[in-house]
Parts: sequence; structure tokens; C-alpha cells
Amino acid sequence: MAAAESSRPFSGLSDVSISEDIPVEGDISVPIDSSRKDDDFSTLDEPVKETILRDLRAVGKKFIHVLYPKRSSALLRDWDLWGPLLLCVTLALLLQGGAADNDDQGGPQFAEVFVIIWFGSIIITLNSKLLGGTISFFQSLCVLGYCILPLTAAMAVCRIVLLSGSGKVSFAVRLVVVTASFGWSTFASTAFLTGSQPPNRKALVVYPVFLFYFVIGWMILTFSPPQ
Amino acid sequence: MSAGSGSRNTNTNTNTEPWGSFDDNLIQGSGSAVIDMENMDDTSGSSFEDMGEMHQRMKVAAEAAAAEDDNADDGEFLGMKGLKGQLGRQVADEVWQAGKRQASRAFNLYANIDILRPYFDVEPVQVRSRLVESMIPVRMINFPQKIAGELYGPLMLVFTLVAILLHGMKTSGTVIREGTLMGTAIGTCFGYWLGVSSFIYFLAYLVNAQITMLQMLSLLGYGLFGHCVVLLITYNIHFHFLFYFLWLLIGGLSTLRMVAALLSRTVGKTPRLLLCGTLSVLHLLFLLYLHFAYHRIVEGLLDSLEGPNMAPMQRVARDVPELTLNTTLRTLGVLVRPHTLGDGTGRLFKI
Repeated sequence: MAAAESSRPFSGLSDVSISEDIPVEGDISVPIDSSRKDDDFSTLDEPVKETILRDLRAVGKKFIHVLYPKRSSALLRDWDLWGPLLLCVTLALLLQGGAADNDDQGGPQFAEVFVIIWFGSIIITLNSKLLGGTISFFQSLCVLGYCILPLTAAMAVCRIVLLSGSGKVSFAVRLVVVTASFGWSTFASTAFLTGSQPPNRKALVVYPVFLFYFVIGWMILTFSPPQ
Repeated sequence: MSAGSGSRNTNTNTNTEPWGSFDDNLIQGSGSAVIDMENMDDTSGSSFEDMGEMHQRMKVAAEAAAAEDDNADDGEFLGMKGLKGQLGRQVADEVWQAGKRQASRAFNLYANIDILRPYFDVEPVQVRSRLVESMIPVRMINFPQKIAGELYGPLMLVFTLVAILLHGMKTSGTVIREGTLMGTAIGTCFGYWLGVSSFIYFLAYLVNAQITMLQMLSLLGYGLFGHCVVLLITYNIHFHFLFYFLWLLIGGLSTLRMVAALLSRTVGKTPRLLLCGTLSVLHLLFLLYLHFAYHRIVEGLLDSLEGPNMAPMQRVARDVPELTLNTTLRTLGVLVRPHTLGDGTGRLFKI
């Protein structure tokens, strides 16, 4: 019996599916309209430009959601990490200029900004999971990453203001801009995140978010261009 | 054949797994590989890969069974056949275990989160009251004080301290040669929290104090609240007098609170002195270190002190060999003078 079996290598599998006791019956349906469906969802035939533009449009839509935080679940439903990556790299590059020429460690460096943003988001996400939040890991990373947008915008404004000089007036302008964008970031992210948290613990979830954006905002405020 | 299956039946008692009957049926198939579908419950998660693996396992088990059947006619001792059945079972078990390990590894991340979840089970009001209580020493050392085993507050305080330290480093213009400011700040704060907690826990274990590692982490973590407050104020307002005042007042209060909690859980004078002395010295010195290591004024002071200090040190270092050379040469010269025509200076010897 064993010899007979070894001569037919797949006989074991056929024995698995067909038993003598249980009759095998059922319908096999072949989807006829599959070709029409493929036309709708296939991205193989379309030009690369369209693919990229569609993704960019999706990222842009989420940017608008951050700027008008009205408790929409778009940021949570179809999350992506392209926007956060884009914002993080932009912010790190904008902050980089100060330290590159000086060769002193006072200014934030690219890797430092990068690590602070991602490590910080991961810590906040883990914290919200530990506190009993029902949000998934990458959804939270997506929200926190997209909500850096106001701070990145503030950084761009700060660089423009610093072009005109770094006196008391420019510092006051920067302080106002950074404070406003810090408040905006915190408000937007809490609007998205607190929906998934137990209602009595919202303050505990918001505190690390506040600290995270505060550190980033403070880094932007203390940035000084190379002399 | 019947004897062989009989010997296998004796082995079934040793199998404690819930799906043990599954394996038995496999081996009892007497050479052919037939799986009874009724015994394949859904909990085993049978996908197509599992089927392949099962097929593999079936073959191994079937071969073992077939070999056993061939030997059955030889009239061997029953125990021998039992041993071979066990071999087949062992191989099958091993394959199963390997698959199970792989699957469980994927779940490990979320499992760990679930393990930690009870330590984060707090309300905002509780955290607030614990923060306030960390400044209020309780004078009750006859009865063990209650220490909440919770990690949310301590963890957030350590991260706050990291942020404050980063601020202090940036404003003082600290330059760290190897490593980043961020890494240093995180390393310092977490190193202090985890390191000192484990050290005090070790001491407490030695002197038989009633405290767990979790309570120690929580106690020391909330003790860092004082540090956060003092450093936040003194990194921005540069008065030495103010710092020493706050150091003694706030740092002292938070230290006293920890000391009182530890005192109430320790018995005996020497253990109390050892434990509380170590903790208070470490805690207060850490605050002193954090303040002065990353402070702008002291940074400048150190620079100005280093200026005059460096020059004499360098001069001494340069002069010493010359001096000794001269003196040795002089003494040598004195010794050699009777035998030479020179005046005893080193020059003669160099020629």
C-alpha cells in the first residue's frame, strides 16, 4: 500500500479532499463579467503619470482634511504614509540648512528631526493602544504624520521671515506663527484621534501628542539660519 | 497488525494535547494515508499549506507505520514496536511544533501590548492626584504605605524630562562629540529611571524590604516630577540662589516622599539607613547634575576656568623632561668629570 502511494505523489491530496462517506457536491460558478470589472480597477494599462497624480490627489485631499479638521474619518479610513513621509522630509530639509554650514550641533540635523517625528509618533501610538484605544497602528501614524502640516507651513514662513533679518520683530512674528500652528496641529490630531479613545481618558492620550508637537514647534522656533 | 495498534493505544495516554486523537488516527491508518474529515476541526486553521504539511506528516507517519507492520510478523517484543511508533509521533510532533512557533511569533507584538495594558489602566484624575502626592511626604512609617503600580505617569514624566533636557542642552549650546543631543537626553533619563530603580530594588531585596519592581519604577518615576518642575524653571530663569532654593524645597520634598514610602516598607535601622540614604543621595545628585551639566552660565564659567588652567599644565608637561634631562646630565657630568676634559655639560656626551 505504501509502495503504491509513493508511486503516485499526489494521491494523498486527492484522498484528503474526497472521502468515501461524504458525497462531494456543490456549484462551481465562473464569473462572466470579470473582464468588465478588471477594466475599472486595473492600473496596469494606465500611464504612470495618472497613477502618481491620483496618489498625489489623495494626499492633497487629506491635507485639506487636516486644515479643516471636522471630525471626518477620511484620514482614518484609507490611511497612507506618503503624506507623512513627504511632510517629514520637507520639515527636516528646511531645518537642516542651519546646521549644515555651521558644523556645530546646536541646530537640529536631518536624522534627528526624522527620528523625533517617527519615534515620537510610534510612542504616542503605542501609548494610545495601551490606554485602550481602538485605532489601528498605521491609522494613528497616518493621522499624527499628516497633522505636522501646519508646523511645516510655519517652518516655511519662518525661513521667509528670517530672510529679512533676525531682530525682535521677526522673533515675535515667528513666535505667533509657531504658536498658532502648534495649536492647530494639536487640535487637528486630537479631533481625529479622540473619537477612538475611551471618553474618560482623552486627557491622557492628548498629553503626549501635545508634548510631541511642542518639541517640534520649539525646534522650529529656535531655528536660526547659518551666519 | 492488531498487536501493533494495541501498542499504540498504550501510548495515547501520554498524549495530553487536545488534538491528540488526530495524530492517533493518522498512525492507525495502517500504511495508507486516509484522513478522517470529521476529526479535522476548524481550530487547526487548515489552509492549503497546512494540507501540504499534513501530507508530508502523513507520509512520515505512514512510513513508520508500514515499517512497523513489516516487523510485526517477526514476533518481536511489544516494547520495540512501541518505541518505533513513538518515533513517528515525535517527528510529527516536531513538525507541528515548528509550525505553531512560527504562527505564535506573529502574534507576539500584540500579545506584549496586552501584557502591559493593566499598568496603563488609569484615569486622568488619578494621575493628577498622584502627581500632587509625589510632593507630599506622608509621616506614617509604622504601616506600609500604599504605592500604586502604574507606568503611564512615570513614562510620561520621563518623556517630559527628555524634552526639558533637550531644551536645556540647546540653550546651553552643549556639544556632544559622539552621539546626538536627543540620544543623550533619552539615554540619561531612561538610564536613570531604569538603572536606579533596579539598583534600589536590588538593595531592597538584599535588606528584605517589601517592595516590588513595578512599585519601585512607579515611585521613582513620580519622583521625577519634582525634577521636571525644578529644571523647567531654572533652565529659563538663571539665578543660582533660586536653583538651590528649589533644589532643596521641591527636590527635597519629592525625595522625602519616596524615602517615607520606603521607610514604611523596611524593618530595622541599618537597612532603612542604607536604602533611604542611597536613594536620596542619588536622587538629589541627579538633579544637581542635570542642572549644572546643561546650564549656560556654568558652561561659560568652565570655559573661562579652562583657559588659564590649560597653559600651565601644558608648560609643565613640556618642561618636565627637559628638567630631568638636565639634572641627570648634570649629575652624570659630575660623575664623569674626572675622566673628561669637558666642563661637565651635556654637550660633551652628545658629540
